[in-house]
Amino acid sequence: MNTSIDNSEQAGGARERELILSVQNGQQELFYELVRPYERRVYAAAMAILRNEQDAEDAAQEAMLKAFANIRQFRAEARFSTWLIQITVNESLMRRRRERTVVMERMDDRREGEENEYTPRDFADWREIPSEALERKEVRERLAAALGTLDRKYREVFVMRDMEHLNIQETAEALGITVASVKTRLLRARLMLRDLLAAGWEQGWFSRLPFEKGSKPW
Amino acid sequence: MVDEKTVNCEHVWRKISDYLDGEVDAALRASMEQHFSTCKRCASVLAGTRNVIQLYGDERMMEVPAGYSQRLENWLDQQLKEPRLKSASGKMPAWMPSAREPRWSSWSAWLMPVAAMALFVGALAIVDQLTFHEPPKSKLAEPGHNIPPDMLVVVSGGSKLFHVAGCSFIHDKATERTITAKEAIQDGYTPCPRCMRKYLTTGVIGALDEDEANPGGAEEASTTRR
Repeated sequence: MNTSIDNSEQAGGARERELILSVQNGQQELFYELVRPYERRVYAAAMAILRNEQDAEDAAQEAMLKAFANIRQFRAEARFSTWLIQITVNESLMRRRRERTVVMERMDDRREGEENEYTPRDFADWREIPSEALERKEVRERLAAALGTLDRKYREVFVMRDMEHLNIQETAEALGITVASVKTRLLRARLMLRDLLAAGWEQGWFSRLPFEKGSKPW
Repeated sequence: MVDEKTVNCEHVWRKISDYLDGEVDAALRASMEQHFSTCKRCASVLAGTRNVIQLYGDERMMEVPAGYSQRLENWLDQQLKEPRLKSASGKMPAWMPSAREPRWSSWSAWLMPVAAMALFVGALAIVDQLTFHEPPKSKLAEPGHNIPPDMLVVVSGGSKLFHVAGCSFIHDKATERTITAKEAIQDGYTPCPRCMRKYLTTGVIGALDEDEANPGGAEEASTTRR
């Protein structure tokens, strides 16, 4: 799936550069066409931080507007998608600071000491969950719920790196943490999610798997 | 630091994320791969972690609420039409509104200041008329009462009085000009005691008409000249 995203980004790259230039030169009616490919990613980034649908949607809208207002500051060396996600993360972090989540942050911070070592659960063989499983809403919900059980600091890094496809450096910049922190938290998040998915197998989340190629039994 | 030929399981777990991101050097990579080929447990950790990255990295995991796309498009459409954003340049404006803030529609946006300006100008005019006119140009003159402010009156260069048009007491007719009563009062003119007499009788509005029909006769108003 990653490769298909990369391919489509490359294919759309020339068109995207055109659109950026046009919007920068005042053709604001093309702005939505420019951001449309990233609208889901923008929402997901906001949701990772704000954890509330309405707040995330408001933040996504506002981030888009700020991207428009600042479009002339965008430089072609950067990836537009990354720039847009970083604006969204800024907007979302600002909203969270402004609003009410102080209590939740404190709960997260209590577990700070655990960051160093994490021992993955022992499974002799990993049973592959194929991407086709994502066609099932129930599977997507289980995965999203598993991600939701992670502490904020792990969840945010994981979403930026593995869902938004920012690189390590970009993730660090967007969240305002060090590269070393990104790496440590990312490792922990990935290993924890692996364990949660393995436990999910035991609880029958993926019981209707494996699928035959090309068929969709659900 | 670590003997790369014999990395143990714990060392592999600590580096497995970097390994998947291509962030380990060639030597460590080689020894990790060696380890995976012989350690089922670490191979399982690797496979599971890779599976996690593959699943969560899928676009389908990006769930959005129903109608999100349409709302976003409509909202941007509406926002970008507002003129204050049209010239959006470098700086982030501090007044950027939040998504739920109510907004004026375009007509009320300009109507409100216009109405406010009209009220302000109107109030100024009233205050002006009541208080800020120049002192009368003649010491003998009395100010008028209840003179309609937009009534057209005649003034001329040689006199401090203003008159009803056609009054025979207008001096220096070559320089006469027609202005409103309000302007005349503001400029320091006072009502002609003959043609404007009805406005000089302490504001009694009833007894107005007798002089209208007979504005002054042929007498010279020498008393009003100085």
